[in-house]
Amino acid sequence: MEKRELTCIGCPMGCMLTAIIENGEVTFVEGNTCPKGDIYARKEVVNPTRIVTSTMCVVGGEKERVSVKTASDIPKDKIFDVMRDIDAASVSAPVSIGDVVLADVAGTGVDVVATRNIHCR
Amino acid sequence: MYDVIIIGAGVSGAAVAWQLGRFNIKTCVLEKCEDVCEGTSKANSAIIHAGYDAAEGSLMAKLNVRGNEMMDELSKELDIPFKRNGSLVVCIHKEELGGLKDLYDRGIKNGVKGLKILSREEALELEPNLSEDTVGALYAPSAGVVCPFELNIAMAENACENGVEFKFNTEVKDISKGEDGLWHIKAANGEEFCAKYVVNAAGVYADMIHNMVSKDKIRIIQRRGDYCLLDKQVGGHVTHTIFPQPTSLGKGVLISPTIHGNLIVGPTAVETDDKEATNTTAEGIEELITKAGSHVRNLPIKNVITSFAGLRAHEEHHDFIIGEVADAPCFIDCAGIESPGLTASPAIGEMVAGILKEKMGLTEKSDFVATRKGIVRTEGLSVAEMNELIRKNPAYGNIVCRCEMITEGEIIEAIHRPLGAKSLDGVKRRTRAGMGRCQAGFCSPRTMEIINRELSIPYEKITKSGGASVIVPTRTKAAGAAGAAASCAADAGTQANLGAAASKESDGEVTGA
Amino acid sequence: MKNYDIVIVGGGPAGLAAAVSAKKAGCDSILILERDTELGGILNQCIHNGFGLHTFKEELTGPEYAYRFIQQVLDLGIEYKLGTMVMDVAPDKTVTAMNREDGMFTIPAKAVILAMGCRERPRGALNIPGFRPAGIFSAGTAQRLVNIEGYMPGKEVVILGSGDIGLIMARRMTLEGAKVKCVAELMPYSGGLKRNIVQCLDDFGIPLKLSHTVIDIEGKEHLTAVTIAEVGPDRKPVPGTEERYTCDTLLLSCGLIPENELSRAAGVEMNPVTSGPIVNESLETNIPGVFACGNVLHVHDLVDYVSEEATRAGENAVKYVNGAEAEAGAAGGNATTGAAQAEAGGNAEAGRAHVIALAATDGARYTVPSTINVDRMSDLLTVRFRVGDVYKNSFVSVYFDDERVMHNQKRIMSPGEMEQIVLRKAQLAERPLLKTITVKIENE
Repeated sequence: MEKRELTCIGCPMGCMLTAIIENGEVTFVEGNTCPKGDIYARKEVVNPTRIVTSTMCVVGGEKERVSVKTASDIPKDKIFDVMRDIDAASVSAPVSIGDVVLADVAGTGVDVVATRNIHCR
Repeated sequence: MYDVIIIGAGVSGAAVAWQLGRFNIKTCVLEKCEDVCEGTSKANSAIIHAGYDAAEGSLMAKLNVRGNEMMDELSKELDIPFKRNGSLVVCIHKEELGGLKDLYDRGIKNGVKGLKILSREEALELEPNLSEDTVGALYAPSAGVVCPFELNIAMAENACENGVEFKFNTEVKDISKGEDGLWHIKAANGEEFCAKYVVNAAGVYADMIHNMVSKDKIRIIQRRGDYCLLDKQVGGHVTHTIFPQPTSLGKGVLISPTIHGNLIVGPTAVETDDKEATNTTAEGIEELITKAGSHVRNLPIKNVITSFAGLRAHEEHHDFIIGEVADAPCFIDCAGIESPGLTASPAIGEMVAGILKEKMGLTEKSDFVATRKGIVRTEGLSVAEMNELIRKNPAYGNIVCRCEMITEGEIIEAIHRPLGAKSLDGVKRRTRAGMGRCQAGFCSPRTMEIINRELSIPYEKITKSGGASVIVPTRTKAAGAAGAAASCAADAGTQANLGAAASKESDGEVTGA
Repeated sequence: MKNYDIVIVGGGPAGLAAAVSAKKAGCDSILILERDTELGGILNQCIHNGFGLHTFKEELTGPEYAYRFIQQVLDLGIEYKLGTMVMDVAPDKTVTAMNREDGMFTIPAKAVILAMGCRERPRGALNIPGFRPAGIFSAGTAQRLVNIEGYMPGKEVVILGSGDIGLIMARRMTLEGAKVKCVAELMPYSGGLKRNIVQCLDDFGIPLKLSHTVIDIEGKEHLTAVTIAEVGPDRKPVPGTEERYTCDTLLLSCGLIPENELSRAAGVEMNPVTSGPIVNESLETNIPGVFACGNVLHVHDLVDYVSEEATRAGENAVKYVNGAEAEAGAAGGNATTGAAQAEAGGNAEAGRAHVIALAATDGARYTVPSTINVDRMSDLLTVRFRVGDVYKNSFVSVYFDDERVMHNQKRIMSPGEMEQIVLRKAQLAERPLLKTITVKIENE
């Protein structure tokens, strides 16, 4: 039996959670005040994921960088792979919120989308 | 070849340059930093002293009083913010009241006008926030406050306008007398200069410069002074410059409104061997916080917006050393210029120019420009005046520094004036942008944008104050940027193979829209 | 210059939400004045996600959250001026502003909503000794340079202060290839959100050194190193605990200060604890018709609460304007003098108005609002406050004068997060003699 302590990030409460892991599976979570904590702990222990946000180079825009994010969570251990691909990419203006600026980033199956509008220069 | 080379573009060097600007000679100022006003001149109390401190008969006393007298006309001619707010030396121990009388007597002998010894009641009436312990005070109505940056910059700008050259980033490494009878100067950047006369106005380095040419060595001891600058919100806590009674280490920790409406507290006095040790210390700041409360009550020290330290160029014998060096003819020292050096500076310029005039037989230019107009100060303009300004140049309608309310127009002017600003600090000293309560947090990216545009300096090369002080050394996403540049080049119709080559080099994925 | 009923100072999250709600409440004469070149305020540089969980039930990034409101402002046809600095708000609600196109101009507004946000505490205000080289940034300034301008302040970073912007920047600099060596926090707890400590520091193995501060800064031209030391309970450095970190960047995330220079100059009474205006249940300051919301009122933890608060300010401003007009009509078209407006603003029954004071004691640092006029309050009124220390399993207690009426246990409360209680109008209305409502933190 393994015990993992973690801080719930589901809301500003930041509950201190304890997850009990047996045979690679979370069998018990305590410390949560709401179901979100239980779900978070089970997922964070077995399959941690993150949204990655960054900026990307823009060609011909009124600004030289556009803010972007992964459209959904990507595996936590892929964060730097995702960043590397975002860093190497660029997009041409105009850009609108939600535009896919990089498809299937780092082989995660997740697209990178713009989070702001950039008009042409 | 120059007639005169001045080493140092601090307030003394600038004052000499300003005074020499009126004569028919070729003058050059060598400055090791990237701008004028980079050493002691930028970090001091900014006080125009009345002149009762210096010993009777000393050069310090004479030039202090003369410099003070010159300020009214100078501030008008060169458009320098200056105000005679008066000073009070406050006595808080009955047994030390005699000290006030000594100061008074010395002041009278030095030629200080208007001095008066005040009773406790008179002092408190003049300055209600003085300590409860006040037993008396020496009032000097002729004392004032000035913008030290602008005093320095204005004299330098006027000199520049009258033909004096300025070489920045030019640190003097060697001076020798050639067989041609001229002074040969080597700079750290490899440049060489020669001149008939040299003026040593090198501040804390004046001993090093002097000792390059003279067997009769001098020694400058750096006396570090920490200061705290308080928010304008509390700038009215006192209206006069408040001094404790002086000690052997100097005039002590003063509290004064600044010309721009802040409150300044300082300095400490700590001797150091390091000529670059302008770092504040925890002890120094602690000392200010403790000492400052002794002469002024309820000092709002919590409203500090910044602290800084300056080095006074203290000479062992505690007097200005001004004059031709005995064993180095045609080499004029202007050394040991510590407090009241700022006050004395115009008089120092006058004295050195006088020496050179007599020795060189200088004649005045017919086209000498005596006045200088400062940067348009939008603060205090009426709505109609403001709108006239904005109509002519919309940049005056754009506030860049929200704390000091400085417009883009003022910053652009600071950049394009003679000896214009090249760095964030250069802009700050000329316009006050970044000098307010947020300490440039808000305006620095905006000022960088203006410097980038007006001087075509890439962001990565813009500095805080020259040298290695770059602010943002690299771009984010170098790979993507290279890819973007490639696709940009392709967009612009550049030869396809060129674009392809660049794109390949970038190793980046170009996502066109 | 055109006249407007409501002038909103600031086009960030607070100003935008206030404008939208005022418009929806029926006011067609609204002007937002924004000093930046686009609407959205600081959210534009907050490119990380985590915004809007309460408002939109989804996780948005800062620019996306801002755009939800900007879109509404555009759709509703609300007027705004960019690149416009408000120079002065007079006690009679005349707003003086300036920009490139219009020059300096004045607008006699009927109501003003203060939504100027806050600024960061700079290095100077922290009395950190040492040199003053390049390479020292407030975290928000660095955030702008990295996220908007696309430039990196440096490669080896130390961060002082564990406020949210500092935590977010720790991750951001790491993702951009910098090495963040540590985050030092003077207090024994972090002022940032738990989520940010986990996802911005723990994820990247960045140490958070609680009860530590920077005691020296090296580098004449550019930063070369800082020295960090542990602090004792008196927050003074403990000798012998010094550690030197070579670095080229020091980011400061040491607190936010509501930006109230305009408010002070207008004569708005300030709360020394929040550094924001003292407001009543309508988020109205001591100057009738001048409202405040968002970080200019008190620094918030979540933008969702800013939007909610600003929505109330917008609605109340409309009520005030309508009340003033009704009063003016009733008075036979007399000019709406300040006094008349003040009366119309809800103090019509000034003599009989039931006004309750709010007090924060025993660990509760302040409340917003500070007073409640029962007649003017909505059926449910959210009172927000912060605590001064970390409290575990303590109780939030509410006293109506001496009677304890609320006693709710909280697993954790910390200074970095806002707390709230909700008061019911009916509850207060049935106590006509109630003078003071006290919020306090109790152990049992």
